Amino acid sequence: MATQHSRAAARFMMAPAVFVLLVWMLVPLSLTLIFAFKRFMPLRGDRIESGWDFVTFFPSLDWVGFDNFTRFVSSSAFWPSVVTTLVIVGGVLAISIVFGVLLAMLLDQPMWAQGFVRILVIAPFFVMPTVSALVWKNMFMDPTNGLFAHLWRAFGADPVVWLSDVPTFSIVLIVSWQWLPFATLILLTAIQSLDSEQLEAAEMDGAGPVSRFAFITLPHLSRAITIVILIQTIFLLGVFAEIFVTTGGAFGTRTLTYLIYQRVLESQNVGLGSAGGVYAIILANIVAIFLMRIVGKNLDK
Amino acid sequence: MSLKRVLGASTALTLIAGASLAQDTTITIATVNNGDMIRMQGYTDQFTAETGIGVEWVTLEENVLRQRVTTDITTNGGQFDIMTIGMYETPIWGANGWLVPLDGLSEDYDVDDILPAMRDGLSHDGTLYAAPFYGESSMVMYRTDLMEKAGLEMPHAPTWQFIREAAAAMDDPDAGINGICLRGKPGWGEGGAFITVTGNSFGARWFDEDWTPQFDQPEWAEALNFYVNLMNDYGPDGYENNGFNENLSLFQQGLCGMWIDATVAASFVTNPDDSEVADSVGFALAPNSEGVDRKANWLWAWALAIPAGTQQADAAQTFIEWATSTDYIELVAENEGWANVPPGARSSLYENPDYIAVPFAQTTLDSINAADPTNPTVDPVPYVGIQFAAIPEFAGIATEVSQEFAAAYAGQQTVEEALEKAQAITTEAMEAAGY
Amino acid sequence: MARAVTTRRKALNTAIAWTIGLLIFFPILWTILTSFKTEAVAIANPPVFLNFDWTLENYRVVMERSDYMRFLWNSVIIAGGSTVLGVIIAVPAAWSMAFVPSRRTKDILLWMLSTKMLPAVGVLYPIYLLCIQLGLLDSRIALVVILMLINLPIIVWMLYTYFREIPGEILEAARMDGASLKDEILYVLTPMAVPGIASTLLLNFILAWNEAFWTLNLTSVDAAPLTAFIASYSSPEGLFFAKLSAASTMAIAPILILGWFSQKQLVRGLTFGAVK
Repeated sequence: MATQHSRAAARFMMAPAVFVLLVWMLVPLSLTLIFAFKRFMPLRGDRIESGWDFVTFFPSLDWVGFDNFTRFVSSSAFWPSVVTTLVIVGGVLAISIVFGVLLAMLLDQPMWAQGFVRILVIAPFFVMPTVSALVWKNMFMDPTNGLFAHLWRAFGADPVVWLSDVPTFSIVLIVSWQWLPFATLILLTAIQSLDSEQLEAAEMDGAGPVSRFAFITLPHLSRAITIVILIQTIFLLGVFAEIFVTTGGAFGTRTLTYLIYQRVLESQNVGLGSAGGVYAIILANIVAIFLMRIVGKNLDK
Repeated sequence: MSLKRVLGASTALTLIAGASLAQDTTITIATVNNGDMIRMQGYTDQFTAETGIGVEWVTLEENVLRQRVTTDITTNGGQFDIMTIGMYETPIWGANGWLVPLDGLSEDYDVDDILPAMRDGLSHDGTLYAAPFYGESSMVMYRTDLMEKAGLEMPHAPTWQFIREAAAAMDDPDAGINGICLRGKPGWGEGGAFITVTGNSFGARWFDEDWTPQFDQPEWAEALNFYVNLMNDYGPDGYENNGFNENLSLFQQGLCGMWIDATVAASFVTNPDDSEVADSVGFALAPNSEGVDRKANWLWAWALAIPAGTQQADAAQTFIEWATSTDYIELVAENEGWANVPPGARSSLYENPDYIAVPFAQTTLDSINAADPTNPTVDPVPYVGIQFAAIPEFAGIATEVSQEFAAAYAGQQTVEEALEKAQAITTEAMEAAGY
Repeated sequence: MARAVTTRRKALNTAIAWTIGLLIFFPILWTILTSFKTEAVAIANPPVFLNFDWTLENYRVVMERSDYMRFLWNSVIIAGGSTVLGVIIAVPAAWSMAFVPSRRTKDILLWMLSTKMLPAVGVLYPIYLLCIQLGLLDSRIALVVILMLINLPIIVWMLYTYFREIPGEILEAARMDGASLKDEILYVLTPMAVPGIASTLLLNFILAWNEAFWTLNLTSVDAAPLTAFIASYSSPEGLFFAKLSAASTMAIAPILILGWFSQKQLVRGLTFGAVK
């Protein structure tokens, strides 16, 4: 059992991490909150004058009450962007988990040069999002010179215009390609820890491959799946480069993050964008609580 | 090689690179990754040799550049001594006092030689705030061989109706040839710019004199319907994704009968190294709809400006004078030929017999001269700018509007729906900005 | 293996796995191949796979245009610095969470993760201004600190889950033997924790290397890493597939090679407590 002494030591050791994160969270969060109640349009000459403004709540910027909040939600772009965000996050999660499980099970089978296959599968995770979006957009999805277009024509079909015919799917595909390796690796480690005798016993008892998967493998993986969902959701809610490079938010691919980007940098309305930032935090927390409720139990096992 | 040696070697390299750049003064220039700018970087050593001023380049893709320099200028960050900006930013930033006025340029520089349209577009209240590195309008580029085959002749100033007829005649899906290629890509500087000038040539405008958005007016419906029908019938698949680069590449591969776009593209499509159709390209003025006294040509310049926050305004001005001078043009002409000099900035270039012999020179000049930023369309407008309105809100609004239009091009909504949304987006944003 | 596996079955597994592996890897392979083509060959239809005249021209052009080594060096320093700093701060925190858990440990962890959900773009202006005030624009220090903070929650969590798998009895035993807290950490825990720390270092190095918002927006010359390098190649005029491929290959090659050489270490610790 932990002693008083070790408890104090533990707190002491946690302090630096908690402190820096607290600062890192509080500073941007409070700035976002303050700006959300301000008129702040840099190109209209709204300016932060000096470092002192940070402690005096930016007197050079006018308070505007809840204007920014109401304007942000009443915009016709708001709800579609929330839906798009959930579709993209959900789509990527579904693909990376379903294919991740299948791939992990395949890689768990005896084979030659397993290490080499693992190298191939893990590689997309190392690629910068910008690079991967550029490569997919130009070299694969380009309707004239892209590889897919060549392939489609070779079979006598009309090339698909990926980024406008199936824009959301295209982005889900690009993002999934980057995150599938991550899911596969975690799931593979989990599968490898599965007791093979348990599976054999079930096989002896006459359980078919489907029920073996459903009653033994899948429950064993539930914890790993939870973790994949949790970690990937954190990263996927902030997906940006893939949209910026490919569609620029057009054709219904504007996520909440992207909408905020448009408000802050394209429209140069920091106040409005900050109000959007507050909504994004709320959405992220709703998603997080939802995740905890549904799958969080697995973490406590 | 061991890791240590790799690290050692790269450190040494960094040190050497650092030493060779150690000038008395070094200026940092943010610029866009267009061909002419990259060519300019190649001549930097000559500038440094002449003046002893070192140059650090920050080369970025257009959207990233815009985001980067806007953040820096609005916060007075002082990261750059020269920024490459356009005709949209210059008057807005100039009005805010964020740029160093270029009123002390040397006599040799001959500021009066800058084309009047360019000079006006890069000034605020008569003060020049950025020097044009190159300028452009837009014009029709067409395949002379295909026109001949179709039995048509391109007039110097075609109408949209003729353009449609010619597109129909040249369109040949079996051979992979599209009658016409035009920009549709979302973004205010891409498809947004194109549809705005198309609107102008049908008599449409963004705002009336009271800043009321005009997308509910019949001129817009006519312009947008015409464009969508033209492109659906004779344009390439997925034109809603095509911007300048995509169309350039299509045209160079011989897949377009016509292309209406920036005049600077002329030197790329006639360059035999890159273009398969280099010897069969003709040029004409941008079209207008029959009976409308405005053409669909824009005016743009990539220009060099000095942010007010810099400590090195003098060195920056020295560079600007060098890069936008007639001497620089001659330097490029000498090394790479007249077709590759930065066009559209100076009158003297078009008085030069060597340059005017270049096939697209005269049409480029005529297009630039036909553009009037203060009178972009038939009815009066409260804004300056042809393919944009020089107000801070425009970039954001026009990007969203162009996204709605692109969704209509892609068939995801009707033209009417797109126009309704455009009206709503613009009204909303203008209200938010306090108009 | 408990069961005898027929060679045929093994061959079949291998064939399927290789096919899928190559399919997943293909975009990278294609990018690398394209970087050695001329622009015309890069868009050829039907596509040319291997039988073209290999050229280094694209690399020459890219090297001439940009000071690649400087971008690379900045990437190494920023990613490396932020990761090491993060681990130094996170190890004690994760240790105490794992071995002296309290009721609030889980809440603190989730709170830490939730700090990652704030959209960065909303605070670009204030952070930019803070950097101006502190004279830290275009400095590696600012990026090291910011990327450390961005990744710190992941680092803490990864280490925490890893430490938790270390059996407590060993520590008890060490304590019985009279080991001090310092000894406990230095001689008992550390050796057992090394694989987890190595894996954490690697994962976060990758994440920091690929971060493209702050690294692009807070730098210009001196601190600009490879994410800025690639931003100048994304849409030049005319045909650019081959040059884009060359630049892309140069941007991802270092991390790809590092990842491959260290993938065993990376995989070993990359469980986030998924295995119990």
